[in-house]
Amino acid sequence: MAKYEYSFYPGCSSERRASASNYMTSVESMCRHLDIRLNEIPDWNCCSASIGYCEGGELPRHVMNARNIALSEQHNADQDIVATCAACWLGTKESQERLNSDRALMADALEVLKEGGLDLHFKNKVEVRHMVEALIEDIGYQELARPVVKPLAGVKVAGYVGCQTNRPFGIDGESFENPMYLDKMVEMAGAEPITDYEQKVTCCGGALAFSEPEKSQAQIKDILEAAADQGADMVVTPCPVCQMNVEVYQEQINRRYGTRFNMPVTYYSQLLTVAYGSSVSDAGLDGQIIRARKLEDIASS
Amino acid sequence: MKDINTAALGNYRNDFLREVEDNVEEGRWVKMCMQCGVCSGSCPFGSHWQHSPQELFMMIRAGQREAVLATESMFMCTSCYNCVVRCPRELPITHIMHGLANYAHRLGLAPQTNPTRRFARMFWTNIVRGGRVNELKLSLGLYFMDGFISGLHQTWAMRKVGIGLLRTGRLNPFGLVGQKGCRGAGELQRMLAKARLLEDQRKGLGD
Repeated sequence: MAKYEYSFYPGCSSERRASASNYMTSVESMCRHLDIRLNEIPDWNCCSASIGYCEGGELPRHVMNARNIALSEQHNADQDIVATCAACWLGTKESQERLNSDRALMADALEVLKEGGLDLHFKNKVEVRHMVEALIEDIGYQELARPVVKPLAGVKVAGYVGCQTNRPFGIDGESFENPMYLDKMVEMAGAEPITDYEQKVTCCGGALAFSEPEKSQAQIKDILEAAADQGADMVVTPCPVCQMNVEVYQEQINRRYGTRFNMPVTYYSQLLTVAYGSSVSDAGLDGQIIRARKLEDIASS
Repeated sequence: MKDINTAALGNYRNDFLREVEDNVEEGRWVKMCMQCGVCSGSCPFGSHWQHSPQELFMMIRAGQREAVLATESMFMCTSCYNCVVRCPRELPITHIMHGLANYAHRLGLAPQTNPTRRFARMFWTNIVRGGRVNELKLSLGLYFMDGFISGLHQTWAMRKVGIGLLRTGRLNPFGLVGQKGCRGAGELQRMLAKARLLEDQRKGLGD
């Protein structure tokens, strides 16, 4: 029996050979060290993300999330849902709240779930949480620091919280404008957080990085510039969309603005995994397009 | 599509606020806006909106139906939720913007060429087909949105990002043929078709 057990919603980007597969690798390693067991929701589907609104409207979007909730309540009864992706967490939690507060919408959702034989399993009562919530609230900072065998000494980190892990739900007890939990996690890993990183909750453009690249890259440039100006060795984030957007467009931004960014963008789970003594590949560091050399050096030391 | 719009016009006469309250996600909140402008000042893409959320709320109340439903503004929403957490009256502004964009799109009034509208439609088709996102199909679909030649050009421009993702195992090179998705995709598709039908009936969007 593991010490902690959750119903796990990995989400599309965490699949093998998907854009956040390195996040998934590091989460698995981190959970091994912390004795967390993740029971994947069987045959989960996409949460429809924010950008689903245009064609998906309301009920179809909520139904996608209701199916996952029903499958979780059926197969992983009495376990909180934990999502590693900000959009998955937000979408699931939002649909859960909306359906619970609107009787007509709930009646429609149940009628639709009947098509898949899921209506009787759908209680819509399970707690829907982000992985960082589970880490902070169930395990706590001190326990997170306990397995550290290789403190990340001398690594200066800009904690980029972004939007959807932070708004509208956020982490209990944290402010929307200046959340500190990521900095505390960085500190637990033995690294040096830049606590006055002023772009920590700036939007990276989200899905609009695809459809409106110029406008989004102006945002990303600000996010990178503030980190570079403060001497960050890397940016760290809890969100797969933030990670992707801030990492992969740096070359295009450099061309557009004449800048010279070459800033690694990692996940909190990678920092912890390295601090817990795991290898470069177990931390998913081989999944960085811009290699996080300082972390790699510590991991292979 | 035109017919749905004509029907909506007939049903609501000139009461656009009531039309929004009945048919737009969280539309019942529109009347609560007190015009402080915090939403407009908080938006990361604020300068790109032809009409800010604050303006849109006033325009809805003033019955400027055509101007509201035909603007690209709502498609500038990145879903960052800054406006939601800062609104003194806690209006769910992000959702109202999503709802307005969806309603305009379903009535056939949203700007056809807006890239986010087109990308969002592709995204929905993509996830409905397999039950999960197929990232390779989604990206290539976006690049080839304006035809073959411009698609090649776009793909070339994005090659380094693509190669980087492939090299690091973060993109499935067989995504066009071999990504399995979710086993219950068929069942999910049936559920989504039914959900669409119910929603359309409720909002008068049925054909």
